[in-house]
Amino acid sequence: MTMTVDGSTTSGPAGAGAPGDGPGGDRTLLSVSDLRMYFPVTQGLIFERHIGDVHAVDDVSFDLPRGETLGLVGESGCGKSTTGRTILRLYRPTAGKIIFDGVDITRLSGEALRKTRRRMQMIFQDPYASLNPRMTVGGIVGEPLAVHEIGTSAERRERVAELLNVVGLNPNFLNRYPHEFSGGQRQRIGVARAIAVNPELIIADEPISALDVSIQAQIINLMERLQDEFSLTYLFIAHDLSVVRHVSNRIAVMYLGRIVELASSDDLYAHPLHPYSVALLSAVPIPDPVIESRRRRIILKGDVPSPVNPPSGCRFHTRCWLRDRLGNPERCTTEDPALRTLATGHEVACHFAEVVDNSVEQRQAIGVPIPVVVGGPTATAAPPEAPQA
Amino acid sequence: MIAFDEPAADRLLSVEELRVEFSSSSGRVHAVNGITFELAPHETLGIVGESGCGKSVTSLAIMGLLPKPAGRIAGGQVIFDGTDLLTLKADEMRELRGRDLAMVFQDPMTSLNPVITIEEQLVEVIRAHDSKVNKAAAHKRAVELLELVGIPNAKERLRGFAHQLSGGMRQRVMIAIALALHPKLIIADEPTTALDVTIQAQILELIQRVANETGAAVMLITHDLGVVAGMTQRIQVMYAGRIVETATTRELFAHPRHPYTVGLLRSIPRLDLGDNRALIPIDGLPPDMTRERPGCPFAPRCAWATDQCLVEDPELSSVIAGQRTVSAGPEATHRVACWNPATDEEAAQGAPASGHVSAITDSTQARAAAAAAALSDAP
Repeated sequence: MTMTVDGSTTSGPAGAGAPGDGPGGDRTLLSVSDLRMYFPVTQGLIFERHIGDVHAVDDVSFDLPRGETLGLVGESGCGKSTTGRTILRLYRPTAGKIIFDGVDITRLSGEALRKTRRRMQMIFQDPYASLNPRMTVGGIVGEPLAVHEIGTSAERRERVAELLNVVGLNPNFLNRYPHEFSGGQRQRIGVARAIAVNPELIIADEPISALDVSIQAQIINLMERLQDEFSLTYLFIAHDLSVVRHVSNRIAVMYLGRIVELASSDDLYAHPLHPYSVALLSAVPIPDPVIESRRRRIILKGDVPSPVNPPSGCRFHTRCWLRDRLGNPERCTTEDPALRTLATGHEVACHFAEVVDNSVEQRQAIGVPIPVVVGGPTATAAPPEAPQA
Repeated sequence: MIAFDEPAADRLLSVEELRVEFSSSSGRVHAVNGITFELAPHETLGIVGESGCGKSVTSLAIMGLLPKPAGRIAGGQVIFDGTDLLTLKADEMRELRGRDLAMVFQDPMTSLNPVITIEEQLVEVIRAHDSKVNKAAAHKRAVELLELVGIPNAKERLRGFAHQLSGGMRQRVMIAIALALHPKLIIADEPTTALDVTIQAQILELIQRVANETGAAVMLITHDLGVVAGMTQRIQVMYAGRIVETATTRELFAHPRHPYTVGLLRSIPRLDLGDNRALIPIDGLPPDMTRERPGCPFAPRCAWATDQCLVEDPELSSVIAGQRTVSAGPEATHRVACWNPATDEEAAQGAPASGHVSAITDSTQARAAAAAAALSDAP
């Protein structure tokens, strides 16, 4: 058996023909529309009364073209992991549609769902908790092959050795147990397991945040290499914007279950348009004291509100610095801003996104020197890189 | 011993040749291997390193909080404000801890007591060190402290419990407790690692503000070079229980010399650079601290390593224009422990200049070649 460049299985017992191989030339691999995932909150022991819902994911829509990486960022509790898990159909979505390769998988179940799952795999955050300590590495990496009944056991063994090699582990480690490996090596095992069945989509949920700094780059580089070699499509979920910017073609910023901004990774960095994205960018430290000295953080007030009872209107209005500056316009508390597409293709859910562009806050957040000439935000008198002492 | 040129009066803390060992089932772990550094009053010092490099153990040793009986101070001195902390008796140390030395831990979820109110925890600290303070005065001080760290509705919050607060709020309470007795030194051990990035920004700003307002010196321990870049005046990089490089913050980022520092800087994605810059991972794994091996502890992972690095252990000494010299001049505050430090060009490219033959076989390259061969061999 071999892995070909387009990521499909051409020979060997795996066989192609998974359900809904979809229209051949379609570039969109995954399309999510108005996805909602609510978790019920109940009260009472015997008669569990339904008293509310955690609005974990609320009307999330995006397309993910084949071979691209979409980064999903946001703080804990914003619904980014739930979005990933719902797409894998680990949950039954409350509403909305998940179209994978042209086939609606929102309501699939049983055998059809199982077959679809062969084409989408997950890499988990915690390499300590996501590997069964009582299974050997061979068993762990070979399990998806066994579950999907791919190959004979001898073929699987050979394939596992090949996979270990691909992720940079010694194939002779097949009979070892997870505790014999370091965190970075364990994450490599997790990656090997995810690519074992030649998936097309990989959902990586904080794949490097549990690793040491010097090891993180090893895993990022490994994932990027595998993406090139096997034409993988990634949904990369992380809280660290620097990492997400490095790996993603496009980035979606989430806040309280909503996508508030979606743009190409460079555009999101250079022109964040949602006040929350600006604050988030400004909070990420840059390891360079010269740049740090000309940045100014936007310190958001308080904590993220409860997703059981999200604020009215724009969900960010309770913490929004722009709303303060504009004198608390009525519209923010009454009208929920839709994700609108601007002429540049940049999508943003804010009534006043135009005010953000080229604002002092935006420039200070990313450390672009403020034009010396006072005369409007578009002044370009200052050199782009003012030398600092 | 390295001679420091600063006058003694300028030192709040000076750690000399500190060694800490742990006994474990797999042998003796050499967690801290003879580190020497000092801290001036009002200074903010960053200590950077990965898990297991000894940065937290150093702070626990200073605070007299090493887990007993596993942890043992095997040598050295910790002079704080003129007294050697290591010679103090337990009750003398307890007196000092909390009053002059305070600590903020990484995990605000587990470092607060879940079964007593926030007020009791604050008042406990205030009254433990000064029994003359009556309850009303202690209460007043507790309210002041919560207001200082930016907790709204301080009076109501005092009656609450830790579980009613978010992670960021709990860390604010921890900082309030640390500040309760106007400490001269605050050791913050990964104070924002468990927090979201916007909350991290709040807490870092708070630490900076209270340090300015109270004049306390801060030792900020972190694995995140970004956090120390904007917060500190000076940085020490630790690896395998040693200080491998130390310099003023600007100097360290502008002219990193130690290959490990270079590696740390080149292996993290930078928000402002995106994917315009390739990541260069540090190969291999952190060292096994139970084994004492000759040579530089970083040598097995170092692309700059020479044969000398494998046998001879480099000492921390001054760097002037990339040359190792023994000097005690004022420019000598940049020190590095390396036989073959990186030049500016090498630091910028993240690899030794072409022509350098590393004493270490590059296992990443070997693995990548093997993987490529395996793929092309497949039918």
